[in-house]
This record gives sequence, structure tokens and C-alpha cells, in this order.
Amino acid sequence: MLNRLFKTVTLAAAVSLILIISGMAATLWSESLPAFRHFGFFRFIATADWNYAREIYGALRPLAGTVISTLIALAAAVPVSLGTAVFLTELCPYRLRAGIGMAIELLAAIPSIIYGMWGLFVFAPFLEIWFQPLVGASLGRLPLLGFFFQTRYAGGTNLFSAALVLAVMIMPFITSITRDAFLQVPAILKESSYGLGSTKWETIREVIMPYCKTTIAGGVIIAMGRALGETMAVAYVVGNRHGALDSIFSPYNTITSVMANEFNEAAGLQMSAIFALALVLFLANFLVLALAKHILRAKT
Amino acid sequence: MNNLARRKLKNAAALTLSLLCAALGLSLLFIILYDVLKNGVSSINWRLFTENPAPPTLKGAGGLKNAFLGQGLLTLAALTIGVPVGVLGGTFLAEYGRHLKISRAVSILSDMAISIPSIVIGAFVYAILVRPWGNFNGWAGAAALAIIIIPIVIRTTEDMMNLVPWTIREAAFALGAPYHKVIFSVVYRAAAGGIFTGILLAVARIAGETAPLLFTSFNSNYFKLSMSDPVPSLTVSIYQYAASPYENWISLAWAAAFVVTCFVLLLNILGRVIIKLRVKG
Repeated sequence: MLNRLFKTVTLAAAVSLILIISGMAATLWSESLPAFRHFGFFRFIATADWNYAREIYGALRPLAGTVISTLIALAAAVPVSLGTAVFLTELCPYRLRAGIGMAIELLAAIPSIIYGMWGLFVFAPFLEIWFQPLVGASLGRLPLLGFFFQTRYAGGTNLFSAALVLAVMIMPFITSITRDAFLQVPAILKESSYGLGSTKWETIREVIMPYCKTTIAGGVIIAMGRALGETMAVAYVVGNRHGALDSIFSPYNTITSVMANEFNEAAGLQMSAIFALALVLFLANFLVLALAKHILRAKT
Repeated sequence: MNNLARRKLKNAAALTLSLLCAALGLSLLFIILYDVLKNGVSSINWRLFTENPAPPTLKGAGGLKNAFLGQGLLTLAALTIGVPVGVLGGTFLAEYGRHLKISRAVSILSDMAISIPSIVIGAFVYAILVRPWGNFNGWAGAAALAIIIIPIVIRTTEDMMNLVPWTIREAAFALGAPYHKVIFSVVYRAAAGGIFTGILLAVARIAGETAPLLFTSFNSNYFKLSMSDPVPSLTVSIYQYAASPYENWISLAWAAAFVVTCFVLLLNILGRVIIKLRVKG
């Protein structure tokens, strides 16, 4: 009797998660319906304008901001994380390995608002003074593409700063996943490689990396999901400007920064458009995670 | 020999590059900690904990007492909702429903729910608990945090209970104990440390959450101990103060950021210590 009661209660608790998630999907859908009805789904996605006066809201720019900042963040974070993981498993003196490894895992737990605040007060001003002029004077001189690397707005809060803060934020996560994967490589494989006369680098590239590639790919994709949905780190430094992206050093918007900045003052069609952005983010995140799960499952 | 020299050179170059990457990555991360520490320590004082917010023009006055209390209240309410649901749900996945398809589905869904962007959760809770209610309120904030906790606790509970060997359960069954008794007096006891660690990490996770509170419990300059009104929280205060143009609000934001960071790091270290002790003992 008691047993059956307890079983029902636990079942209800487990099912409640399904209810919450499906309720979330249904609510986001019904809230964004007015925007989809008004603009049409594909027109909503493909419209660049976000104009309060004319009541035109399109997802293209926030979506582009989210995708571009995530891609730049991955491009910056993945090589640095892999290098750090190689250092931690192959080069670092034994006595320091555990300590540095744990420090990196702890850094992955620091709340994103801290990264955002640091980005706003320390990192973005640093980039504006030291990095942007450097890029403007080199890449900015390129014919045709040069305009995309020139500084047009002061302040240092722009799409590129946001991408780099994201990179710093996901780096500890990718590093610790990669390190764990490297540590799983059986010693006998590495020793065989050394026995054949390989150098350390050849062993890493030809033996360790191929052995770990699916785990690393899965980890990178999970990190990508985090970067897509990250709000506070981005909202501080992206600059929040509804306008065409004329340079990576221009203030811009992402899905999450639009939500964080406009949600509490929005009403009517604008509110519905913001919910539509949330729905797009929700679906994109699910797709990305399903992909990661699929890759990681294929391995085992 | 020429070939060998080239390979050695390549090796040295690649390893140096990795060393540089590590130096860059590690120094960046330690610079963040250093900046939070430097700015936090220089602006922390007792007023932070003992006074409510004051107008920014009033120099040398004002703190975030309300936000500390509010954050505690929100966390407590979120745990009261989230932990029972999570632990019971995890129990179903690991025990009663361990062979059922629906358990597999809930388990996978939990893994994915852990990574749902928290701002989306905030928007969802706004639509179901804030707009119908008419104003920002503490229950909505607690619900948003609970939705973040539940999948985390479900998954750790499931994993920790799966670690308990079946032979122990069978020994209890052989004594004639019904299943719920086996779960309560044998499995929960064996898995308690692990489940507790999971809950600690969940607390650490929601301690830093800002985005879901922005649309739900929002913020307030007072603390009324009423969950049906806006409830202040540290993270939302940090968000608003850091973006303000006032010197002393910004330094309050740094001080609060320092406290939040220390709290989160301490919880994580505590969780690790508990896991280590259990592995040894």
C-alpha cells in the first residue's frame, strides 16, 4: 500500500519534468504566435529591421549576432583549450597538474554575470585601447574586406568583445573535458607510439587526438550550446545597437541581449517578437544538444 | 638525420605553442579572479550587509542587506520546490522505472533541460506566473530557479542511486522489506552523500543566476519578506548597479560580485571535498 503510494509519487515527480519542458515549448509557441501570424515565420527570420516606430520586428540581426559571436568564441576558445589540455596532460610538472586542473574546473563554475562585469570594466576597455587599433591598422587596410575590421564606435562594447568574453567563459569547460578525454587514453597506446620512435607531438597528433576526437567534438558542441544561450556575459559587452553590422568592432545585438534589455518594457507585437526569439533560441539549443548526445552516444 | 631534425623541430614548435596557449588561458582566468578580488576587497565593508540601498548621490551610505535576504529567501523557496521533485524523480528513474522507456526519455530530457538557456526559462515563467499575477513576484523567481534545479537533481540522484550495488538491495529484500522501505533505509542512506553534493552544486548554480530572475522576481530597494511582491536578489542588483553611472553603486556591485564568487567557489570546493572523503572512506 505505502509502496504503491511512494511509487506513484516518484512517477509523478519524474513525469513533472516532461510536463515542465513541454509546457515551456507550448507557452513559447503560443506567445510567439502573434508575431509569426503578423510577419510569417520565414519573413520574421529573414527581416533585418527592429523598429519600434514602424512596428517591424525581425530576427535576422539578433540571430546573426548570436551565431557570429558564438563562432568567433569557439574559434578563439577551442585552440587555446586544446593547447592548455595538452600542457596539463603532457608537459606540466606532475606536482602542479592536479592543482591547475582543479583551478580550471572551479573557474568553469564562476557565474556568467561575473565574466560579464569583468568584460565590461576590464576586458572591453583593454581591447579597445590595445587590440582594435592593431587590427584596424593591419586587417583594416585590406581591400574590400577592410571595412569590417575598423573601429567606428568608441567604448569597446561591441560584438567582438562579447565574442571574446564568451570565449574566456567557455574555455575552462572545453579544457577540462579535453583533459579528461586525454587522461582516458590507455598508456599502452602512447607507449607503443613512443616505442616506434614518435616524438611527443606525433604521439599527440596521431594517437591521442584520434582516440579522443568524438569526446572532444561532443564537449565543444555542448560548449557551443552554452555560448548560444549565454545572457549576462553578453548583455554587458555587446553594446545593444539595432543596426546593420558594419564592423566586428561595432555594437550589435544577440537574441539574449535583446531579451535581457527589452523584455521588461515590451508589450504587444514587440513582446511576441521577443518570445519568438526565445523560441528560436530554445529550438536551436535543443538541436545542438541532440547533436552532441548523438555524437557521444555513437562512441559508446 | 635531416628528417629527424625536422621532426624534432616540429615537436618543439608544437609543444611551445601549447605552452603559450596554456599561459594565455591560465593567465586570463587568473586575471579575472584577481580583478574580482582586487575590486571586491577594496569596496567591501559592513554596510554592504547591514544597510538597505540608498540613493547613489548619498556618499558612504547604503548596502545590499535586502538583496542578501531576498537571495536567501528565493534560494530556500526554490530548494523547497526543486529538491523533493528532483530527488523523487531521480528515485523513479533509478528504481521503480529503471527498465521503462519513459525513464530513459526523462533521463535524456533532463540532460538537455540542464542546458536550456536560463533566460528562456525566465521568459516562460513570466508568461505563466508574472503576467497573470499582475506584478513581478518572489514565487515566480523561485519557480524559475526550481526549474533550473530539478533536472540537475534528477540526474545526480539517478546516477548516485545507480552506484549502489544491487546485491545490497537484494539483501534487504531477502529480509522481507517492501521496496519503499529498501529505498528509504538502504539506498537513500548509501547514496546520501552523493545526492547532497548534487544539491550543493545546484545551489551554487542558482546562486549566480541572473537572467531568469530579471523577468520574474525582478528587484526592489526594500525587503518585505513577502513572496507575492518583487524580491531583491544579489545578481540582479549587481546587473543594475554595474550598469549604472554612479561610482558608489559600481563599487557595491563589485563587492557583491566578490561575495557571490566566493560563495560559489566555496560550495564547489566543499562538494569536491565530500566526494573525496567518500571515495577514501
